[in-house]
Amino acid sequence: MASTIRVRAILNGDITDVQTLIQHPMDTGLVKDAKGEIIPARYIQQLSFEHNGKAVFLADWGTAVSKDPYVKFAFKGAAKGDELKVSWVDNLGATDSLTAKIQ
Amino acid sequence: MTGSLATRRLILKGVGAVALIGLGQVSFEASFGLMPALAAANDKYPDDAFKQKNAADAIKALYGRDHEASDKVKLDAPEIAENGGVVPIAVTTSLPDVTSISFVVSENPFALAASYHIPDGTVPAVANRLKMAKTCNVIALVESGGKLYSATKEVKVTVGGCGG
Repeated sequence: MASTIRVRAILNGDITDVQTLIQHPMDTGLVKDAKGEIIPARYIQQLSFEHNGKAVFLADWGTAVSKDPYVKFAFKGAAKGDELKVSWVDNLGATDSLTAKIQ
Repeated sequence: MTGSLATRRLILKGVGAVALIGLGQVSFEASFGLMPALAAANDKYPDDAFKQKNAADAIKALYGRDHEASDKVKLDAPEIAENGGVVPIAVTTSLPDVTSISFVVSENPFALAASYHIPDGTVPAVANRLKMAKTCNVIALVESGGKLYSATKEVKVTVGGCGG
């Protein structure tokens, strides 16, 4: 299966802009399906970004983050070709990770 | 020969079964353990804060202190959001020594939406997309030098994003 994570990390001067899009339902546990049954909560709780083994960004998310979450941030100290590791874990324990090259 | 092969197969099967049982029993904490990045950062998921229903309680549970409004926190959110399910919200700040940025949506079933840790070397600016149940205030919190600053903006929501 293709990764649920799409990352674009682009070096701009000394700052690396990182844009991430993740495929995830982000179910709140408050919504009912067509049969009137509650769709159980399923949402990403933590999303982390690592550059050269150092955490550069860590997100704690609740159910209020939109479906197929998008997040954008920037950090300093990276060079072109460096690796950026992205990983998430949801409330049910599912995880995914991806290593992207900084462009 | 066939005998030893069969034994080997049996052992492999056995190992597989044990691994499966192990996986089934591995609870949530254990799967965190598999992620060295999270473990190393020692940043536990603030479960309690995300369970608070109103904004003040959520902020208290997360930071344990009051916040003051600051014009150095710039909250970028739309005046009107047609779809409460996807509201683009961003925050930037000129404050120094920022350690975390959080978003609170005051009238959501659970007020705290997202909280971001900003390590040294990371630019104190975040953009994301949040769900909003109805028209209400979005509060951006910035923790800087041990103090908590905020910016608040009302976003009008045409169609709520929490379903049902």
